Amino acid sequence: MKKRYLQQKIFYGLLLFCTLVVVAFVLGIIIFLIVKGVRAINLNFILGFPENGMREGGIFPAILGTLYLMIGTIIFALPIGIFAAIYINEYAGKSKITRIIRLSIINMSGVPSVVFGLFGLGFFVLFLRFGKSILAGSLTLALMILPVIITSTEEALKSVSDTYRQASLALGATKWQTIYKVVLPQALPGIITGSVIGIGRAAGETAPIIFTVAAFSQPGLPKSILDQAMALPYHLYVLATQVTNPPEDMLWGTALVLLFLVLFFSVIGSIIRVRQRLKKRELS
Amino acid sequence: MKSKLNNFKNFLITRFIFLNGIISIVVLTVILIFLVYNSIKFFSGYPIFDFLTGTRWSPTSTEKFGLLPLLAGSTLITVGAIIIALPLGVGAAIYIGELAPRAVRETLKPVIEILATIPSVVIGFIGIQLIVPLIKRAFGLPIGLTALAGSIMLAFMSLPTIISISEDAINAVPIKYRHASLALGATKWETTYKVVVPAAKSGIVASIMLGLGRIVGETMTVLMVTGNSPRIVFSWLQPVRTITATIAAEMGETVRGGLHFSSLFAIGLVLFIITFLINFIADRFIGRIRKM
Repeated sequence: MKKRYLQQKIFYGLLLFCTLVVVAFVLGIIIFLIVKGVRAINLNFILGFPENGMREGGIFPAILGTLYLMIGTIIFALPIGIFAAIYINEYAGKSKITRIIRLSIINMSGVPSVVFGLFGLGFFVLFLRFGKSILAGSLTLALMILPVIITSTEEALKSVSDTYRQASLALGATKWQTIYKVVLPQALPGIITGSVIGIGRAAGETAPIIFTVAAFSQPGLPKSILDQAMALPYHLYVLATQVTNPPEDMLWGTALVLLFLVLFFSVIGSIIRVRQRLKKRELS
Repeated sequence: MKSKLNNFKNFLITRFIFLNGIISIVVLTVILIFLVYNSIKFFSGYPIFDFLTGTRWSPTSTEKFGLLPLLAGSTLITVGAIIIALPLGVGAAIYIGELAPRAVRETLKPVIEILATIPSVVIGFIGIQLIVPLIKRAFGLPIGLTALAGSIMLAFMSLPTIISISEDAINAVPIKYRHASLALGATKWETTYKVVVPAAKSGIVASIMLGLGRIVGETMTVLMVTGNSPRIVFSWLQPVRTITATIAAEMGETVRGGLHFSSLFAIGLVLFIITFLINFIADRFIGRIRKM
């Protein structure tokens, strides 16, 4: 009997150890980045241009480029994603095509990011002749985050009670009017959550932008959507692997800014989601 | 008249929404067509047999496009990562799902979610800065950029997927099972590993498959920490080169439309097929949880 409880203790200890290793890794990364990166952060670093082969100065063009890409990505991904989810949840029903759509969404989210990069290069950059540009990069990233937007919008639409739809239809509204004026407003918080998480993911991706938009360095800032742009994740990659002896502060500072940007969006997304859940609990 | 116009409008809207609805099918198909088209171009200039069985990848100096060294690199790193991630991930999932008090669970989950949002280039950077020097010193190697470094970093990147889906599966096991087992005199641990874990098996397998998909497709981290040497090796303490890293590293330097250029689409197609199969299997197992 005693032996069995001793066994239980040992295995519980091991399980706790596994959990602690994971937690230590996450906290370790974040603490290291903050402690080492914070030293580099100042106004000149955030708002300045890279100087002396990226060894001095700031990372402003990279931050701005990433912001451009986030905006471009969401402009393309959001409307298509919302309409796709509307089709799946409101129109398609349980047909064979819904099954195929679902399967392709799952598979799309499993396609490696570097394959999206290859496709973006082949299709947007070369075939459609957008060149290496913000346009091509945004479209590539938009395709990549589409599954996130579709899935979260679909969840949000599903959570809207059918009584609302029936009430609206009974008042003589058409199906589209019902969706547009009744269902979508109710589903909005869920849609926003998905978009915010999607943008955060797009901001951190490197492989899809290397061949579609990212510039190693650039004189001045991009002037149109057909220009290349620098981007934070690519800049970090370049600093960490291509520049000889970059100052430690620049490296950790860039990594910290990138992590902050990505986490900022995911935290906002989580907050909206949690608040929405609490509200629903109050209602029911 | 007005209702006729309305009908037409509705028709247009419905069509438009349908077109958006099938976007995922369209994108996936177009990606596949692009990869296949460029691969065919490659195989018309380079025999497919030599590609599949070639043991050397040296596209610029000797124009050898052998898949095996890259496949070996990807396999070595993936196997290593799964060996690390499997016990850690399933262990943590059991702890979070079965043992942790509610408050602990609610704090642990966001921490693990944070790990999922950290960009791969940041994980790669941490690998270069902290893990690579550690490996170099621990094993007395000339350089620390090795398959092992890649396996360690990728293991952690796959953990959020493995933990969250395994934990869902463990939570989905009906409480009755646990009560029945405890009532028969089993200890809590015996209940966990003889009743709960076997019942959650399909979910755990699915989580590992999805984690595997993430590991195989990961690019930036392996590009940064594994040393990028396309040779067939059988030790985790050697530098290797994966399929993903090869595409990312060489695409920038190739001549557009040349043999080397299209060869990267061919290995992209191989990667696409591998991840497609992995996700397909994972989906099968997830389907089984839903039926439970």
